[in-house]
Parts: sequence; C-alpha cells; structure tokens
Amino acid sequence: MKSFKIEQRTNRGFEVLDLHGELDAHTASELEEALLKLIKNKKANIIVNFNGLDYIASAGLGVFMAYIEDVREIGGDIKLTNMNNKVYNVFDLLGFPTLYDILEDENMAVQKFLKEQ
Amino acid sequence: MKIHASTGSLADVREFVSVNARNHSFSEKQINDIRLAVDEACTNVIKHAYNYDEKGQLLIQLSFHPNSLTITITDQGRGFNFNSYKKPDLKERIKNKKRGGMGIYLIRNLMDEVSYYSDPGQNILTMKKWRKESA
Repeated sequence: MKSFKIEQRTNRGFEVLDLHGELDAHTASELEEALLKLIKNKKANIIVNFNGLDYIASAGLGVFMAYIEDVREIGGDIKLTNMNNKVYNVFDLLGFPTLYDILEDENMAVQKFLKEQ
Repeated sequence: MKIHASTGSLADVREFVSVNARNHSFSEKQINDIRLAVDEACTNVIKHAYNYDEKGQLLIQLSFHPNSLTITITDQGRGFNFNSYKKPDLKERIKNKKRGGMGIYLIRNLMDEVSYYSDPGQNILTMKKWRKESA
C-alpha cells in the first residue's frame, strides 16, 4: 500500500500543508483532520502544497469542498499550489479552478495572501 | 483480483490495474484515467453498496483486447442508481458543505463506455477504454 503523508509548517506566517503520496477515500481523513485542526485554531490562511502528491481521487477533493466555506467564513482561504498535471486535471474536470485559487507555486499563494490582507 | 470492501484496498487495486495496463502498452495518460475510474468505482461500491462493511467483496476483472481494455467490477451489495447522474453543481455543493457525488461523473468522463447492471443478487459495472492515443 502506498502511503500518504502530511507535513505542516508556516511560510511568512501562513499555514502550509505539504501533501505527499496518494490521496484517496482511505487517506482523505488525514487531510480532513489536519484542516479541521487549523480551522479550530482559527488559522484561516491556508496553503496546501501538492508538490509531493502523486495521485488524487474525488474523496480528496471532497475534503476541500467540505471545508472551504468554513475557512472563508472566518475570513481566510485555502489556496492550492504546485500540482502536477495529473492531479490538476482531476480538479479541472470537476470545475474547481473557477471556485478555488489554484496557483503554480507556493510563493504566488503567499503573495496573494499578502495582497488580500 | 478480489478484495474486501475496505478503502485500505484501494491502493492495491490501483497498482493491479496500472501494472496490467502498462504491460499491455496503454499510454500513461490512459493508465491515469483507468486507474482513477477504477478507484472511483470501487470507492462507490465500498461506500454505497456495502456501507463500509468489510465482509463485502468486490471482484475486479480486466479483459484485454487488441484495441481496448474492459474492466468489470462485480459486487453483491445494494444496487444504486448509476444511470441517473449529472455533472455535480460544485458551487451549490460547496455552499451546502457537501462532498461526494463526483465519482460517477468522473468515471463517465474518463472511460469510453460505461454500463451498469443490477439485479437482486449482484451488481456489475463494466467500463471500457479504447486503445487510442489521445490528441
């Protein structure tokens, strides 16, 4: 079984979740827990870096669907960055790019958050 | 291959499908599509047909033909209305903090032919991918 891993850090004061491995219906709960923990602690400006993510199924996208409103309600956003084409295609097929900030790299997300503040 | 209705088996299913499709010279793009479609289909069965009851079983069969691959997923769980699907309204779902409901849409998008047969004893989902290079 291939693993999924999340690492948490900050970049210029913004929370960053680094995703690694494969995100499916089995591993989506780990992402959910990490996001819930941030929301609970009122950490609302969240960057999710997909650089290490090889694969995503709709259960992974579902986590972002379930919590984006909560984050926006407390004045923040979830910005998604560094996706490979394979992963981006799944987000694109389901229409995410019009409703989520999907950026090429993490620095662009940081700049965007700074501008929005 | 045969698996129990556990999401912990999904990675093994993806590996099984990818390795076999690669051995039969499908392109990486096609393998990505097939892998995701099979993952979504198995996830649907685990979640909806078996309601995460790990006693349930899924049989995943691959049948390679000169110009195509046919994948059949058979289960003995509760049937569901596979054919009444529509593109999920993402905006509406986000507003209502809903997730899910995207699997069937993805399967129909990623595969060339999809059919679903359900009777009281078993459900059979058949998906076909043509061996054509995408433009």
